[in-house]
Amino acid sequence: MKSNTLTIIKKEFARFFGDRQMLFTTVIMPGLLIYLIYTFMGMGMEKMATEGTDELVTLRVENLPESMTTVVENLPATIVLQQPVAQDDIDRLEDKELNEVLLRFPEAFDELVATYDPQSGLAAPNVEIYYNSANNASSRVYHILESSLSAYEDQLSNRFDINRSDKEDAHFDMASSDDVLGSILSKLIPMLILMMLFSGVMAIAPSSIAGEKERGTIATLLVTPLKRNELAIGKIVSLSSIALLSGISSFIGIALSLPKMIHADEAGVELGLNYTFNDYAVILIIILATVLIMASVVSILSALAKDVKNAGTMITPFMLVVMFCGLTPMFQSGSPVSLAAYLIPFYNAVQVMTSVFAHEMTWMPVIVTLAANVAYTGLAVWVLTRMFNSEKVMFSK
Amino acid sequence: MTEILRVEGLNKTFRLSRKQQKIEKTDRQEIVAVNDLTFTANQGEIFGLLGPNGAGKTTTLRMLATLIAPDKGDAFIDGCSIVNQPEQVRAKIGFLTSELKLEDFFTPNYLFDFFSKLYGIAPDVVAQRKEKLFKRFGIDKFAEVKVANLSTGMKQKTSLVISLVHDPEFVIFDEPTNGLDVLTARTVTDYLQELRGQGKTIILSTHIFSLVERLCDRVGIIIDGRMQSCGTLEEVCGDMSLEDRFFELYKEVKGGEE
Repeated sequence: MKSNTLTIIKKEFARFFGDRQMLFTTVIMPGLLIYLIYTFMGMGMEKMATEGTDELVTLRVENLPESMTTVVENLPATIVLQQPVAQDDIDRLEDKELNEVLLRFPEAFDELVATYDPQSGLAAPNVEIYYNSANNASSRVYHILESSLSAYEDQLSNRFDINRSDKEDAHFDMASSDDVLGSILSKLIPMLILMMLFSGVMAIAPSSIAGEKERGTIATLLVTPLKRNELAIGKIVSLSSIALLSGISSFIGIALSLPKMIHADEAGVELGLNYTFNDYAVILIIILATVLIMASVVSILSALAKDVKNAGTMITPFMLVVMFCGLTPMFQSGSPVSLAAYLIPFYNAVQVMTSVFAHEMTWMPVIVTLAANVAYTGLAVWVLTRMFNSEKVMFSK
Repeated sequence: MTEILRVEGLNKTFRLSRKQQKIEKTDRQEIVAVNDLTFTANQGEIFGLLGPNGAGKTTTLRMLATLIAPDKGDAFIDGCSIVNQPEQVRAKIGFLTSELKLEDFFTPNYLFDFFSKLYGIAPDVVAQRKEKLFKRFGIDKFAEVKVANLSTGMKQKTSLVISLVHDPEFVIFDEPTNGLDVLTARTVTDYLQELRGQGKTIILSTHIFSLVERLCDRVGIIIDGRMQSCGTLEEVCGDMSLEDRFFELYKEVKGGEE
């Protein structure tokens, strides 16, 4: 009995360790991918944490009390003492390009705090910090300031408040709802779009090419006068179209569920109303160019595979790379500095979509992305045509 | 007689992977599948390529069908080179092998139309040809049944019909009766004779002696990738039966090894 168990174990091990590809994808690849993904994520987060530190921030302070002088002077900002900080200054913060934070202490803050009795039931002295969360530098200084003041507040047993809103419409983050929404969408949607498109391509491409090889039906096509490039283009275009349909279906689902997901209904935010026809057109064109190259790469991998199962194994690393590209907006803010970054497939599409949703789109990256993706698709068609011509690829077992 | 096929010194060598070396129990890195093969076939005849398994019959036919390319040599079908004019060759030939499959999801009707389009046949011609061929093979009753739901025999008949959608003058059949029940096999062999009657040239590979004796006008015996004897049955066999002549040649080549 025991020896039979051992025989079975040996056979399973022989099957597994004898298949180099399975060994690689099951044992080596997960560790390698986790290492790579976490390394890149770490680099992204580090970049995000330090982002904005080089930018000069102006901190306008009204009624700076003596107790807070050191705290304020140690902030990474140029301090401007201003009496008073006017409503106009606050309103100007709605411009997300402005690297400013406004800090308003009540007059004689130190005395007020010293004489305030938390048991009195009266409102505590209130410190107001105005900033724009859509501006990285402004947001960063706000967070440092807010945490320093909170620590001081705790030390004094809550003898003052920070950003207490006495009025219903009071708000201290001057970012517009459009900017806030754009920021959320620009981080979420590109990844979701890539996932939808990829799942569409994955659902059909392996069966369409590796499956035809496995079933022997590809040879039936190859003995007809059909040109190999016609076959390659036909496969890629049909796979892309079907994947696109699948993507559109998922997109509708996301569009309908997104308001619930980000609680936009409760916040009174109207989704999508501030995107123009141009924005939607750019997104659509980018999706088309992306799905073409996605279908092309998956087709090539499927053509290399012996069967559908093998194709699935071969496509997995590619899928992880695409998903990683989709995650990049989470760890960065702003657009890539170099146009050359838009030559990187999938990453370029994500960056363009991010810029559209964040209302920061410029045309040159869109053009570079489209040109690059069309060129890569052309290259992929050429490679796939060569593969359909290769007996080694088409008929190897 | 008009020569329609001329095969000139075809060679094909396959590299063996380590896995294949293990299977074949050999240290050789290459295997010569077809070695300097030369023969001709004339219009309106059935030419049989006879040989044991692994002799190079299928490789030869796949080269003629332009599915794989020869390492050396060439073949000309109705004047078109399989090396330099593969697309023209594909338009002229019909190719059927048990390895060629039809998509299970589709019906014979759909597949006939689909392949006719690939050959660029006019719709009215397609309709006429389909009706004739479907009736001839009894597919008309199953024209709208998915291939997945057809019997093995009906699938093979459908494959045969699909390989002939463009009414080719030159037909290549690799082991055409392999795996078929006796009735379907008979239908296929009868049809091969019908095609010959229409002046078409058929080249078929087989290891069944009786099939060659019953059908073929000329035969080529291929062993270890080389053509050992080629001609009419009389020229190849003399007074001997085809089976005896084959084993005589086999012993000569293999030196008595089985």
